[in-house]
Parts: sequence; structure tokens; C-alpha cells
Amino acid sequence: MSDIAATVASAAPEAADDDGIVKKKKVGVFFWIFAGWVALVVLASILAPLLGLQDPNNANFDAINQGPTTAHLLGTDDLGRDILSRVIYGARVSLIVGFGAMTIGMIFGGTLGMVAAYRRGAVDSFVSAVSYVMLAFPALVAVIAIVAFWGHDIWKITIIVGIASIPLVYRVVRAATLSYATREFVTAAKSQGATDIRILTRELLPNVLPAIISFFLIGVASVIILEGALAFLGLSVQPPTASWGNMISESRTYLSQNPWLALFPSLAMFLFLIALNLIGDSLRQVLDVQDSKL
Amino acid sequence: MSGELVVDEGFPTEEETQGLLLKVTDLKTSFATPRGRVRAVDGVSLELGRGETLGIVGESGSGKTVLSRSIMGLLPRRTTTQSGSIVFDGTEIVGAEDKTLRTLWGAKIAMVFQDPMTSLNPVVRIERQITESLRLHTSMDKAEAKATAISLLGQVGIPSPTERVRNYPHQLSGGMRQRVTIAIALACSPRLLLADEPTTGLDVTVQAQILDLLSSLQQERHMAVILVTHDLGVVATRTDKIAVMYAGRIVETTTTRRLFADMAMPYTKALLNSTPRISDPSHTRLTAIDGRPPDLINPPPGCAFAPRCESATDQCRTEAPPLRPAPSDPTHLFACWNPLPGGTAGRVTTLEESP
Amino acid sequence: MAKFLFKRALALIAILFVVSIGTFFLIHLLPGDPTVTILGPNDTAHNKAVLLQQLGLNKPIWQQYWIWLGNVLTGNLGQSFITHATVTSTLAHAVPIDIELVIISQVLALGIAIPLAIASARRPNGLLDRVSTTSSFAMLALPPFIIIVFLVLIFSIHFHVFPGPGSYVPFTQNPWSNLHTMILPAIVLAVGSIVIYFRLLRGDLISTLQEEYITMARSKGLSDRYIMWRHALRPSSLSLLAAAGLNIGGLIAGAFVVEYLLAIPGLGYALVNSIQQVDYLTVQGITLFVAVVVVVLNFIIDFLFTILDPRIARE
Repeated sequence: MSDIAATVASAAPEAADDDGIVKKKKVGVFFWIFAGWVALVVLASILAPLLGLQDPNNANFDAINQGPTTAHLLGTDDLGRDILSRVIYGARVSLIVGFGAMTIGMIFGGTLGMVAAYRRGAVDSFVSAVSYVMLAFPALVAVIAIVAFWGHDIWKITIIVGIASIPLVYRVVRAATLSYATREFVTAAKSQGATDIRILTRELLPNVLPAIISFFLIGVASVIILEGALAFLGLSVQPPTASWGNMISESRTYLSQNPWLALFPSLAMFLFLIALNLIGDSLRQVLDVQDSKL
Repeated sequence: MSGELVVDEGFPTEEETQGLLLKVTDLKTSFATPRGRVRAVDGVSLELGRGETLGIVGESGSGKTVLSRSIMGLLPRRTTTQSGSIVFDGTEIVGAEDKTLRTLWGAKIAMVFQDPMTSLNPVVRIERQITESLRLHTSMDKAEAKATAISLLGQVGIPSPTERVRNYPHQLSGGMRQRVTIAIALACSPRLLLADEPTTGLDVTVQAQILDLLSSLQQERHMAVILVTHDLGVVATRTDKIAVMYAGRIVETTTTRRLFADMAMPYTKALLNSTPRISDPSHTRLTAIDGRPPDLINPPPGCAFAPRCESATDQCRTEAPPLRPAPSDPTHLFACWNPLPGGTAGRVTTLEESP
Repeated sequence: MAKFLFKRALALIAILFVVSIGTFFLIHLLPGDPTVTILGPNDTAHNKAVLLQQLGLNKPIWQQYWIWLGNVLTGNLGQSFITHATVTSTLAHAVPIDIELVIISQVLALGIAIPLAIASARRPNGLLDRVSTTSSFAMLALPPFIIIVFLVLIFSIHFHVFPGPGSYVPFTQNPWSNLHTMILPAIVLAVGSIVIYFRLLRGDLISTLQEEYITMARSKGLSDRYIMWRHALRPSSLSLLAAAGLNIGGLIAGAFVVEYLLAIPGLGYALVNSIQQVDYLTVQGITLFVAVVVVVLNFIIDFLFTILDPRIARE
């Protein structure tokens, strides 16, 4: 049996699927499980004060470095603080930085990208050139340097990472818009005298929105990783405020005594990231079908 | 040049050019697709002698490409189902292991593909694309293989082959590229060359050059050729016999001379009318064949061509015509209830049908 | 091709220029007295005077930039007021360690990703393919700082296979111990790269294997193995190169994290240390260096493209 022949063979039915067979494009059960997990994390971190959790910063020197117990479901850290509570409160940092920075990126990069793709010409050339220059700068190094000079409170980090994400968001949104900007429905709208703003918001935006949402989620995952790396290096939100990155960073001192300390924030972050990636990926696949229908 | 000598040694002797080279018996090839099973080749039988040239003609979707790839055994196994028999030079191809086929591929059977743009690897130099089969199937060393490659390029009419051999495919024009694929196919002096629409992407003058090149190489090397095309004009002067395919079956086959003198199938006629001829006065209207080739997943009952045929009767729409010999010439086979009048084949059959 | 390269080189110079302005203004656009920013509020008047002199801070800002740029171009990145080492010497000590780390990790990554991608692409949706595709998707959600913590936990603390944090040995002192300490961090960097290279290469190979020229290669009687390496992998190696270029940023980020945790005195360790010691000149120097390296590496990869891909060379 020739393996190369096999490849050709097994790829063929998939290609045939693209000819309008929609049934495979449904989102799977994992999609809903992970979507539920994201919703749970978001809700828990917003409603944290109402959940009757222990104070995440309340030290208890009678219960230091414990594994999971009934009093502390996920155990305690080196100061006897409740890990469950810290993981839930810590999610706030990742969520604020992740969604906040990508929102900044979307507002500026997304708008620029749509306008550049719609108007083309000198504006497009100029902004695209600037975005290339900015992309040449490695994001983490730029962010580390700026954070080092400017300070590391959560809002500053959100803004810096948000600005750093603009060129990439710009490129993605521009590419997505370009594929629609030359379609006939845009020309038709123009010939009916629609204003540019109307075309951008009513004709183009609904079409590129699915692609943007999918990219947004995957972008949030990358930003959370970036913030985690900053926190790990001690350059993000400062202790005692809990964040997943902080907790993982602090855990390394007590790795041999209390591995749980590293496990729970890592697990929370891993599952959250995989959920964002999976949801973003599934949305993109579902979106492809809509794309080919047009 | 030493390379040329090596190639010449590979030519078959006079004795080897006698007798049957290829025998296909009731070949059926189908593919599994999400919509259902596509019967791309549905019961084809044919024979080819050594050194003979066969033209397989049909519209796109008639199964001619699948047939040529089946003969080579090149189709993907996982989704392909085959039955029947293909005996090439004493070897059964249907169901053969890749290991067996690899000793034939490139050495005894070679293929010229439709589009040299996609069939040449864009990032491999022409030299390697020719020498790799030489190095595999012959005992040539690197230098001999290279010399042979250069000589082959010369034989297929590529100017300054010594420089060209260092080129990448994109550095050549379309016609040159197709010459290169012919050189590759001929490298190990195969007994059978399958040429699948070898001139489709080329402009008309280049088409003629490539086809003439194939004919002259074929005669020079006593090589059997199967020329697959949608264009009856292409096979008219360059083949010994012709098989016309429709919906995965052979619907008419005979010698080239007889076919053009006395075609029986309305489909063959329609194909001919849809082909531009240089002898036509300019602005001659071409008649496209109305309708589309049938769905090969759910073929219509009766004659597959009936829905598009002007002379179709109720019998045509309900009962499939068998492939049978014309009374006037047992080597002329066709599958039609109402063959064309005019030719002897048609007249005799009509008489027979209405006693 | 010469024209193409010339245009590229112009773009490179423009980008480097912007990078230099960016790093320069990191310090100078901050609110307040730059001497305070650099030295901290409690330093001596003498140090402030030296700094003013060194940076030419009494001159207009653009003149300061040209002086600074002139210094940078002659290899003078300044001298730290904290450690009194020149920034250039700090770089000279740290950079070889990062180079070693990156080389080991990339050899590991390619050595695993290429065979795995080939094996997966041979049987798409086969068992191996499904397992490796799924696990690579999961790996995307494993940032280096999580991987390194658990590798240390398992391999240093639990099984004592590899040395833990703080046991770095310079290569010149004991090559074998040095390699031993570098394997764990290299694995962390490799994991991220494997995921990227594998996913890219697998997709690329599967689509390449459907190309007509692969069927043509089969029709010559060539073996699957030969076709895979000679005909299928070669076009894909270019995408691999592009991915390696895009991956540089991620590698640097990963290197910073592992160096910080394992106390390996590379660039990342030096950077985080100098941030903690409020050593702004060193931070500026390292930032500039890393940015320039990334930009230049990407330029080189572009250049390699024009050499390796015959289709680009024609333009």
C-alpha cells in the first residue's frame, strides 16, 4: 500500500465536502464544554466577592502549604492563603489584560484595517508600512522595556499590550476586509449613494465580524500568555495581588514542598487558553462555510 | 555522445515490437465520494499491440483520464475500487502491489501529464527530474545520467540543452515545459507512453509541434502510445485506432481511417462538430454539444447519451445499447440503437434493425 | 534580483532607524528628569554630572539622539551606573548562552517536528496523525513558564535527571556539565517550536502530496521515501523557514522565561536583573540589541528565500 497514494485518497473526500456539504461544519460537543468553561471563569471572577470565598490575601500561618483539604478545596500557599480564592481572583488579571488589550487593539487596529482595506491608496500604503515596522519589533521585548520604564499596574500593562497588538490586528482585519471590499455588493451600495461610513458599518463589518471574533479570541489567548510571562518575570501586577502568572512564579520556590501550588493556577490557565483557542478555531471553521456560500 | 548510445540500447528489437502489449478486459473503476460511488470507468475492454497508437477521445468527465491512470495503476487505493483485468506485457496491473508497479513505472510505462505547469516540480531542477528515473531504473552513474538528460532534451527539440538542464521549470515557456515532461517520460525508453491531453494548455502552433514530436519519437522508438484527448482533430492523423468514450464506457472504436470515413455514433459526430479544423473556412460555426455529461453516480437508464442525442428514441431512453460490431466490419464496434445513416456501418445496421 | 535585494536592504535600514529612535526615546520621553529616571532619586550629584556629560543631556533632544546613535554605531552602548560594567561587555557575556540555547532547541525541534509531520502526513486522520494533531493543539495552550515549572518539578526535583535552578556551568569551564544544564531549558524552547513547525509542515505536506507533480514522481517509479524527501519536503522547507523567522520572537520570550527560572545568565536573566536593579542603560542596550537581532534575522531569512525559492528569484 502506497502511503502517498493513501494521502491523495484520504484527502479527496474532504475536498468533495467543500462542494456544499455543510453537515461536517457543525461545532462539536467540545465546543460547548469549553464555551461553558470560559463562561464559568468569566462569571466566577466577576462575581468573586459574592461567592463566599475566603479573602485571597488573608494569610493564615496555621495552614501553610497544604494540599487540597475540605477547608481549602485547592489547598493553601506558603502564607496559608486559600488557593481556590486566589485562582478565581487571579483570573481577573488575565481577563482584564487579555480582553482589555485586545479591545484596544481591535478599536484602533481593526478600524484602521477596515478603512485601509476599503480606501486603499496612500493611506493604506502608509499604515501598512508602519505596521510592518512595528511588527519587526518583538512584542515581548518591547513590552518588557516599556513596562520597565513606565511601571506595572494592570491598566498600564493593558494599554501597552493593547498598543503592541495594534499592528497585528490591523493586518488581520485588513486582509479579511480586502476580500470583501471589492465584491459587487459594495460597488452596488456605492452606486446607490451610500456613504463610506454606512458601507463600512452596514456592508463590510457584518461580513468580517465572524473572522474578527475568531481572531479576537485567539488574540486574547496570546495576550494572556504574554501577561503570564511578564508576571512570571515579576514585571506584571505586583504581589500580593493574585494573578495566574504571579502564582505560578511564586510557586517555584516551594516546588518540592508543595507542587499543588504550581498545579492549580497552571491548570486554570491551560484550560482557559485551550478553550479560547478551540472556540476561536471552531468559529473559523464554521465561518468558512458562510464564506463559500457568498 | 555516450548518453545517446545508452538510450539507443534500450530500444526494443524488431521481435519485441510484435504481438500484444496491453489487454484491458471489462475494467471498472469507481471512487467513493461523500455523495456516493462514482463509476468513472464502467466496463472498458481494449487491446493495444506493440508500437501501436491508440487515441482515447471524449469530453471532460467521460472517464478517459481515469482510464489512463487505471492502466498505469496510479490511482489512490483507499477510495478506488477496481475490477476486471489489465495485463501489460505479461503483468497484471489490477490489484498489483506498488512494489511490482514501481518496476514498470518510468521504466516500461510512462506518462505525459496534461499540464506541465503542475506536473513538473517547481523547486527541482530539470536535470534531476530527468535523471532520477534514469538513476533508478538503469545502472547509469551520475555523469552518464546527466549526459543522457542533455541528449534527451536535444531529442525533444530544446535548444541549448546543456544550459537548460540547469534550469527550473518556471524558467521555460509552456511548450518547452511540455517537451521536458516528454523527455522525462522517454528517459528509460518505455514500451508504452500514456499521454493525457498533452497539449491542452498550449497554443495551437505549439500543440502541433508537440504532437508531431510525439509521433516521430514513437516511430523512432517503436513505442506504443495511448493519446488521450477531447479533440478528435488531434488523433485524426496521428493514431492507428480510436476509442470514443462516454460516461465511463467505450461507445465506438475502430481504426482511425474507418472512423472518419464511416462514424456510427451520433456522439462521435457531435464531438467532431465541436472540434475546430484548420481546413474549415474561417468563421465556421462550431456546434457545442448541448447539455452536460451524465451524472456518473446515478447514470440515466438506457443510453447515457440519449438525453442529449437528436436522434434518440424511446428505446434509447429505456434500454442501454450494447457495444457490438458493425456487420460490414467486425473490428468496428459501437453502442447505438440508431446509428448515423450515410456510412456503410449505419446503413447495414439500419437494415438489420428493420427486417 | 539585485534590485530586489537593494530594496530590501533600504527597508532594513529604515526599520533599524525607527528601532533606534524607539529605544532611544524609551528613556528620554519619560516624564521627569532623565538623570533621576536613570540613577534614581537618591544618587550623588557627581554621578548626575557624569551622566549629563555622557548623554549630552544639556543639548537639544535631536542632537542627543545623534550623539547616542554615533556611540551605538561605534559599539559604545554606555556604562551601567549600577554595576559599572559596560553594556557591551554584559551583552558579550550573555549572548553566547542564548545562541547555544537557541541552537540546541532548534536542532531538537526540527529533529522531532520533521519526522513527525512526515509520518502524520503519510496517513492523514490515521491514529498517529490524530494523536499528534490533537496534542499539538493542546501544546499551543502551554506557555513556556508553565512547561518549565513542571519539567523542573518532574526532572530535577523528583527524578534528579537534570540539575535544577542555579546550577549553570559555563561551557568553557565544563562542556559536559554545561550541556547537561542546558537540556531542560532547550526542551522548553523546543516544545513551542515543535508545535509550530509540526502544524505548519503537516498541513503543507498534505496539500503538496496532492499536487500533480507528486503523481508524476510516482509515475517514474520513485519510492515513497524518495518522493517525500525530494519532492514533497523541499517546497515545504520554505514555509518552515518562514515559520522559523516568525518564531524568533517566541523563542526570545521563552529564553527569557527559562533563564529567569533556572538562573542561566543569558540575555533574559540580564534584562530582568537590570530591570530589578533599575539599571536603565543596560535595559535600553539589551532592548536595542534584541530588536536589531530580530530585524536582521528576518532580513536574512528574506534573503534566503530569494536564494532557495527559484520562483521568487525570477522577480
